[in-house]
Amino acid sequence: MADHALDAAHDHDSHDHKPHGWRRWVYATNHKDIGTMYLVFACTMFFIGGAMAMVIRLELFKPGMQFVDPQLFNSMTTMHALVMIFGAVMPAWTGLANWMIPMQVGAPDMALPRLNNFSFWILPFAFTLLLSSLFVPGGAPAGGWTMYPPLVLQNGASFPMLIFSIHMMGASSILGAINVVVTIMNMRAPGMTLLRMPLFVWTWLITAYLLIAVMPVLAGAVTMLLTDHFFGTTFFTAAGGGDPVMFQHIFWFFGHPEVYILILPAFGIVSEVIPTFSRKPLFGYEAMVYAVASIAFLSFIVWAHHMFTVGMPLAAQLFFMLSTMLIAIPTGVKVFNWTATMWKGSLSFEPPMLFALAFLFLFTIGGFSGLMLAIVPADYQYQDTYFVVAHFHYVLVPGAVFGIMAGVYYWLPKWTGHMYNVRLANWHFWLSTIFVNVLFFPQHFLGLAGMPRRIPDYAVQFTDWNMVSSIGAFGFGLSQLLFPLLIWQCVRSGAKVGNRAWEGAHGLEWELPSPPPYHSWTEAPSDALIARGASH
Amino acid sequence: MANPQVPDGNQYYIPHDSPWPIRGSVALFAIMLGAIAYLNDWVGGWSFIPGAVLLAFMFFGWFGVVIGESRHNTYNMQVDRSFRMGMMWFIFSEVMFFAAFFGALFYARVLSVPWLGGEGVKVFTNFVLWPHFETSWPTNGPAHVGGIDGVFRTIPAIGIPMLNTAILLTSGLTITIAHHALRAGNRGKLALFLALTFLLGFTFVGFQAHEYGEAYRELGLRLSTGIYGSTFFMLTGFHGLHVTIGAIMLTVIWLRVLRGDFTPKRHFAFEAVAWYWHFVDVVWLGLFIFVYWL
Amino acid sequence: MMIRARLASLALALAAACGPTAHAASGWHLLNMTPGVTEMSRTIYELHMLIFWVCVAIAVLVFGVMIYSLVKFRKSKGAVADVTLVHNTQVELVWTVIPVAILVAMAVPAARTLVAIEDTSKTELTIKVTGFQWGWEYDYLDDGVTYFSHLDHASNAARQLDSTIDPNTVDNYLLNVDHPLVVPVGTKVRLLITGADVIHSWWVPAFGVKKDAIPGFVNEAWFKVDTDKPGLYRGQCAELCGRDHGFMPIVVDVRTKADYETWVKAEAAAQKQAAAPADAAAPAAPSAP
Ligand code: HEA
Ligand code: HEA
Ligand code: CUA
Ligand SMILES: [Cu+2]
Repeated sequence: MADHALDAAHDHDSHDHKPHGWRRWVYATNHKDIGTMYLVFACTMFFIGGAMAMVIRLELFKPGMQFVDPQLFNSMTTMHALVMIFGAVMPAWTGLANWMIPMQVGAPDMALPRLNNFSFWILPFAFTLLLSSLFVPGGAPAGGWTMYPPLVLQNGASFPMLIFSIHMMGASSILGAINVVVTIMNMRAPGMTLLRMPLFVWTWLITAYLLIAVMPVLAGAVTMLLTDHFFGTTFFTAAGGGDPVMFQHIFWFFGHPEVYILILPAFGIVSEVIPTFSRKPLFGYEAMVYAVASIAFLSFIVWAHHMFTVGMPLAAQLFFMLSTMLIAIPTGVKVFNWTATMWKGSLSFEPPMLFALAFLFLFTIGGFSGLMLAIVPADYQYQDTYFVVAHFHYVLVPGAVFGIMAGVYYWLPKWTGHMYNVRLANWHFWLSTIFVNVLFFPQHFLGLAGMPRRIPDYAVQFTDWNMVSSIGAFGFGLSQLLFPLLIWQCVRSGAKVGNRAWEGAHGLEWELPSPPPYHSWTEAPSDALIARGASH
Repeated sequence: MANPQVPDGNQYYIPHDSPWPIRGSVALFAIMLGAIAYLNDWVGGWSFIPGAVLLAFMFFGWFGVVIGESRHNTYNMQVDRSFRMGMMWFIFSEVMFFAAFFGALFYARVLSVPWLGGEGVKVFTNFVLWPHFETSWPTNGPAHVGGIDGVFRTIPAIGIPMLNTAILLTSGLTITIAHHALRAGNRGKLALFLALTFLLGFTFVGFQAHEYGEAYRELGLRLSTGIYGSTFFMLTGFHGLHVTIGAIMLTVIWLRVLRGDFTPKRHFAFEAVAWYWHFVDVVWLGLFIFVYWL
Repeated sequence: MMIRARLASLALALAAACGPTAHAASGWHLLNMTPGVTEMSRTIYELHMLIFWVCVAIAVLVFGVMIYSLVKFRKSKGAVADVTLVHNTQVELVWTVIPVAILVAMAVPAARTLVAIEDTSKTELTIKVTGFQWGWEYDYLDDGVTYFSHLDHASNAARQLDSTIDPNTVDNYLLNVDHPLVVPVGTKVRLLITGADVIHSWWVPAFGVKKDAIPGFVNEAWFKVDTDKPGLYRGQCAELCGRDHGFMPIVVDVRTKADYETWVKAEAAAQKQAAAPADAAAPAAPSAP
């Protein structure tokens, strides 16, 4: 296929040369095209995963089994989580990375464009596998997204589909992360020193390291499940000298860093949005960088806080409690720095800022409940209840997902060259923020009052708060329909915007035209430009 | 911009659209489908084979393009650096993959097996459930899973494993000599030592295969022989797979050397494979110490 | 958002005050953990309230500053940004050190409680608990009493997909079993918990006990119910264990010591008798509690 490479030689007018038709997407090597595909994919998965959550909330609307068989309910819970985490949030972050990192560091594209295409195109196949397991005999995986053995081994035909789809997702993430690391380390414009990089780039760099370190561990863990199931190994069987809990250790060694993989890029986006709309540089830039690095480091030594009830030795429980609590310190530093950025600023409340502010309040609430979960004796009561469900949805939905929303609302004018309908965006924001609390806040009460998670039906005293939560869920779900609508409108017919879509925005991406040229920085930006962008 | 015939040191080469990655994705999908169908006893397991063929085709095609571009001096040093960094982080991810299995080994040896034997915090585990089990290593667990009638023997470290260690260490040396020869422009020496390296690699794999055969037939040591068999075969098996892949890559590099590729200054592919080979080597040392020896 | 957060904490506080006294078909009052009926569960409850209030206090402070900034530094109100305010080592030090102190203050009582919970010495009665799909088996190791415990019939009928029974009409819907675990008050009861097939988790909130039932391993847990608190206490399996995970409740019938003794003697005799003539392998069902 060397002729293909030679073809490229004839495109002298390469600035705006785009391949046309399906090839542009299927054979894509352009960071923006690939970024767009990632984002569209993520949005699709968000709706599919959300639809599953709606099934969950519908069944839990009142006591008694109304709609689904308990096994299907468990499948919905399992698939909802896998689709949201691996299909929606992670690809959304990679999509944003693809779009923004080259523009933000002054590069023409990602470092390894063909690999970039590979990372993306593995994903639709992986999810085709996973989602088609809904239709095989025995139904989709139903052992929870945590896939604990021996239960997970009871899945029927869907079991190998689950394992292999996770292998593919893992391969995709690792390759994507390698690309991000190499782009950041090797493609920065001269003058874009590490400590001039925007925080979104920093957080993604650290996220990428986390991904490269833990996705292979997940691959190893599920491989052991596969061999335990089909080839007679006994990693997770006591009779052969193994231990079911061993899986949990390996899984959570991946799983805990994974939750920071989901949130760190959101920290980055919030760190860009708040200064922009406070018209003031980020407070404590270096501290922010070190805080992210500390969080990432600590994330490797806290995993067993998900396993306080498995019967670990006392010393281990104490260790994991203390190390987990420590994470509150760097996270606190971030929250305080964001607050200090607003202090004596000149604030305005455009949609990205609104989402960032909701993030600030609601993520912090999720962080507090996380801290409560870290206290072992109390966790004995919280563990596997809706209190945990409330905790992680607070950090995941108004945390990670709102972070994504803030990012999209922030950069959409840059990508399309059009401003979106701000009124509609405000509606989207207010409905989302109100309903997300109606949806998840009562789950704290349910958990504390004793409702276990992963159950399809419950004792009647839990009815009232479950109804509230379900109503919140339907409201939140319907509100999300505004989002694709708004994007569609924006692409089609929004008002034109200039280079700098937001008055207070700094950073190299705002020095490029909106929309930016096909290859972002064919000429490295000048030092003056970089310095202007880096005025954190 | 990037014109393959006229390399421009200031331009980072951005390839235009490529059909190779999507072929790779389709190949992976077919392979996975085949494996799933096979494991589930469905029809369609055969799709594994076209998948694997397509994957091989993809590697040849994709790398062929890259090699072609490289020979046309399309890549400046910055691109070269991207490739290097990419390879290093890829190898790091492989290290973490092995770490999962080493973790399983340590967990079994330090925690689960002693617990089953009544040590540490789990006295009642032994007392109530496995009263006749005493902590030991190697073990196939309290229920004597697998083996020949529940019994198995292990492969002593002194013997083939020792020999294999020597082989791999030597191959680490030969590839370094080859690298120096390449840098010095001594292509005859380069080809010779590179050939030696992959021959040693294949020899290693041959010994390993022989050892496996013996373990299965005579020692009762199998993948299904409890936790010892599980950790032994998963660790050495994945390692062996990596050695095989590494040796194949070395062979390809050797063929490229014979074809006249690489210059004393520019030889990313050679170095990538050499790193990979060292990584395989280091993993083996870990295996030798923790699986065979201690 | 702020108001909502405050209201919520207020509601939680109110709930704490009402406690378990409120008793109604409605569940609106169910907002908080209950103190339970053992010393340990009360200690845990207090720990929970402590960390809860610490979080509320920090929230009030941090959210207070945020809201102040949102109100005070609005561009629409003519606020001008002070772009020189980018760094302040002193302040940054303070907001690193104070949280450390707060965390230590929380960790100390937590660690103390944990050490007490892990102290399984001086137990007076040992019961082996085996979780299976889907129910519990109780085995009184010293008394030769063993039986199974399942979701009761009424709940089971009502919970079917095609049932027309309103769960509200079922007594303790999904929280009732055929044969509860019977234990005496004021006795340190040790549970040896294991799983027969997959992992389950034995949880009774009122005792502050939750421990996983791992196949092939035995975990220990203990509780000691206050002497003045005999009664029925309910819990559920707390680890996803397959299709009917939601339908394997736990009921503990806590009796006075004398009542317990009578029960266990009668039960042991009955089981012996049932087993002897038939030489049945399966343990007989216990008489109704
Ligand atoms: C984005 C994802 C995300 C994030 C960021 C977090 C953040 C944290 N999580 Fe969470 N967690 C999950 C996702 C996440 N978690 C998920 C998905 C699960 C469930 C998985 C499953 O079982 O399915 C889970 C479960 C979970 C558990 C296990 C619960 C159980 O199963 O019993 C625990 C226990 O320690 C925990 C703790 C924490 C802590 C301490 C933090 C900390 O990082 C929070 C730190 C933040 C703050 C504390 C707030 C801001 C700080 C200040 C304002 C400073 C001052 C504060 C103090 C001094 C207190 N989490
Ligand atoms: C990033 C991750 C992520 C995200 C975004 C979400 C989003 C949501 N989650 Fe999820 N959730 C998890 C991760 C996530 N969750 C995880 C890890 C678990 C644990 C799984 C386990 O136990 O194994 C879990 C479990 C979980 C449970 C507990 C299930 C159980 O224990 O049995 C519940 C129950 O309420 C729930 C609800 C929701 C809801 C209502 C949303 C909403 O935010 C979703 C909103 C989105 C939409 C609704 C889609 C858009 C709209 C439409 C499709 C239009 C149609 C709309 C209507 C008809 C109303 N989730
Ligand atoms: Cu048993 Cu859940
Ligand atoms: Cu965690």
